Order: sequence, then C-alpha cells, then structure tokens
Amino acid sequence: MSEHHHDHDHDHSELSETELRVRALETILTEKGYVEPAALDAIIQAYETRIGPHNGARVVAKAWTDPAFKTALLEDGSKAIGTLGHVSRVGDHLVVVENTPERHNMVVCTLCSCYPWEMLGLPPVWYKAAPYRSRAVKDPRGVLADFDVTLPKDMEVRVWDSTAETRFLVLPMRPAGTEGWSEEQLAELVTRDSMIGTGFAKTPGAPS
Amino acid sequence: MNGVHDMGGMDGFGKVEAEPNEPMFHEEWESRVLAMVRAMGAAGAFNIDTSRFYRETIPPHVYLSSSYYKKWFLGLEEMLIEKGYLTREEAAAGHAMQPGKALKHGKFDLGQVERIMVRGKFARPAPAPAKFNIGDRVRAKNIHPTTHTRLPRYVRGHVGVIELNHGCHVFPDSAAMELGENPQWLYTVVFEGSDLWGADGDPTSKVSIDAFEPYLDPA
Repeated sequence: MSEHHHDHDHDHSELSETELRVRALETILTEKGYVEPAALDAIIQAYETRIGPHNGARVVAKAWTDPAFKTALLEDGSKAIGTLGHVSRVGDHLVVVENTPERHNMVVCTLCSCYPWEMLGLPPVWYKAAPYRSRAVKDPRGVLADFDVTLPKDMEVRVWDSTAETRFLVLPMRPAGTEGWSEEQLAELVTRDSMIGTGFAKTPGAPS
Repeated sequence: MNGVHDMGGMDGFGKVEAEPNEPMFHEEWESRVLAMVRAMGAAGAFNIDTSRFYRETIPPHVYLSSSYYKKWFLGLEEMLIEKGYLTREEAAAGHAMQPGKALKHGKFDLGQVERIMVRGKFARPAPAPAKFNIGDRVRAKNIHPTTHTRLPRYVRGHVGVIELNHGCHVFPDSAAMELGENPQWLYTVVFEGSDLWGADGDPTSKVSIDAFEPYLDPA
C-alpha cells in the first residue's frame, strides 16, 4: 500500500485498495456474526437524515427569542435542549458558550475530532485536519482569517479545546435587523460555522 | 503518548481550507467504516478511549498522510485483530476462517441502532470529594505517559484557573488501557494565551482544556 497520498489528492488505485480492505472487514464481521449489514445501513441512514446543523440552529434561534430558555441553556445545555422534544438527543455533557461584544468563542479538538454531532452533524474535514487542530489554540485570529472572519482588536478570543467527553456549542450573536423575526426565520441565519465559532450568523440581506 | 495526534501549537500545516458544500461522506466506504466503528463499539468490542488510542498509535507518517476515515479504518482493523475478534490471516483473505468471539453486548442488529443515536453517559458517582474549587489556580502536570492521555502537550507545566466543574467522569487514561473506568473529577481549566505561547501568543486569547483531576497540581 502506498502511504504517500494526501487527503486532497486521492490516487485511484490506492483508494480502491482501501475500499477492498473495508469491504473485506465488513464481510468478516458479518460472517462471524458480530454485525448485521442492514444495521450498518440503518446507522448511516440515521446519520444522514437525523443529525445536522439544523438541530443546533433551532436551539440558537430559540435562545435568541426566549430569554428564559437562553438562561437555562447557558446554565445546563443538555438539560435545556432536553426540554425541546424536536431536536436530537444530546446526552449529558453539552456546554453552550455565548458570544458577546466582548468575547468570541471558538471550539476545537486538538487531539482528535470531538464535536457536538447531535447539534451540528458529522464534522467537516477541515475541523478534523491538521491545519485547524494545530493552529486554533496558538493563533486563533490567524485561523479566523482563513474563514475571512476578523474580530475587533481588543475582543477576547476564547478557544475551547474539547479534550474530554464534554461538547461545546457556540451561541452566536443575533444579527442586527432581525427584530420581530420568528424562530423559524432566525434559524435560517444560523450557520454551522457560527456554532463552531469560525463564522458569524448571517446578516439579513447579505449574500450568503 | 507524545504522538503526532497531539497537534495543538504545531506549525507548518498551512491554511485551513474549507470545502464548499462538503458532502457528509466523500466515498461510500467512509460511511461503512463509521458504521462499523459505531456498531462494534456498541456491541462491546472496545470503548471509545481504546479506539482513540489505536488511532494514536498509527505510525506518524501514516497518520499524517491518511484521510480521516482511513485512520478510523486502520485503527479499527488493528484493534479488532489485537482484541481477538479476527485474525491477520482472515483480514488478508477477506473471509472468516474460524468462529467469532463472544461480544459483551451481543450481535449488533437492527434492534440496536436506536441505542447508539443517543450519546453515551460518561458521568459517574464521585469516589472522593473534588480537590479543586472554581477559581483555584492549578498547574498542569509535566507528565509524558507512553499510553493514552487527554492532557495535551501544549499545556503541560503551565498554570491555569479552574472555571467549570463537570463532575466525575470515566478516566480515559485508565479506560483506554482496559484498566477500568476509574472515575475522576473533570474541570474546565483556562489558560492565558500569553502564558502558553509567551510573546508569540495572542494577548487577547484564552485557551481552555477539560482536565481530569490527576492531571493537575495546586499552584
């Protein structure tokens, strides 16, 4: 097996070898009676349909419109989200951190790829890759510049390294010009990156 | 272990490049790897910390040159072989040659899928009172175990402040080596960027980790 390929430059013969090895492993696990292939299909389908940033966006939009919910959310993220029947079940260890005019929060996992799946879906490749994991803790503003995000010079930048089973969700600031908007309208402005802390919520009327 | 996975603070990896409209999986086999990892974990073949440790022990040059799900595959295959769930001969042949080993929670079938869509619980009853209070100054220990740990190198030896107490959680350093859950208090500890990186750091930055009590000394 060649070990010299790169994430963005798949060599087709190498890739098909990986594919063959993955298929072989699944065959063995099935033949030995460890897993049922239909159950693997169901796992993939559940991830493809049930989790994703729409879950986090609903939570953020609710926090923007319901001060009591926001207080509860910042106090105990898992418990507050548990009161909303419609979002996926987040487990016990979700911490929600609020962006303010004084402080911008950003989430990373330097050691692997810890990420709030139930709120944001599976993480994008960049979140799991070396450039983000290495630099987020040392040069957060440099990383934000890669996302075309600039913060005021004096603003505190707080980086949360997810080194345990706690998971972090950023509550972005509500965009100006959204007074009187419904939760559903507001949820449309909440991007995945705004909940990781590498972006802002969309501003009404701005190109997306 | 002081592996290449412990990337915080390393230079030279270049710009963060986000892919517009990124698909959930780039290749179909990636989804099969994810599903196998989740299924075999739920069936009791390994815990999450052990699976992380196997990915960390992938040789550095392979780790750095493999895609994310390739690392998951390599870690999974090696772990299942070492734990006796299949043999190297079977992996090479692509077929089972002997009966399977009993799984702690039995075969992963369709009836098990819902169970894994809820995140696991890692909090445990406290065996002893917490040593630290919110606001306490603590120093991350200068430890270099060759086994699994969740104390990143970039904070070791540095002083931070306890900001949150998350209760007692399964201790990854023990669980990864299958030495039991050994629950420990877990805290968010926040460090000043300028303490971690000196004059090369951003004075407006603060970085926190979640640290288990055995990682910390009073400061």
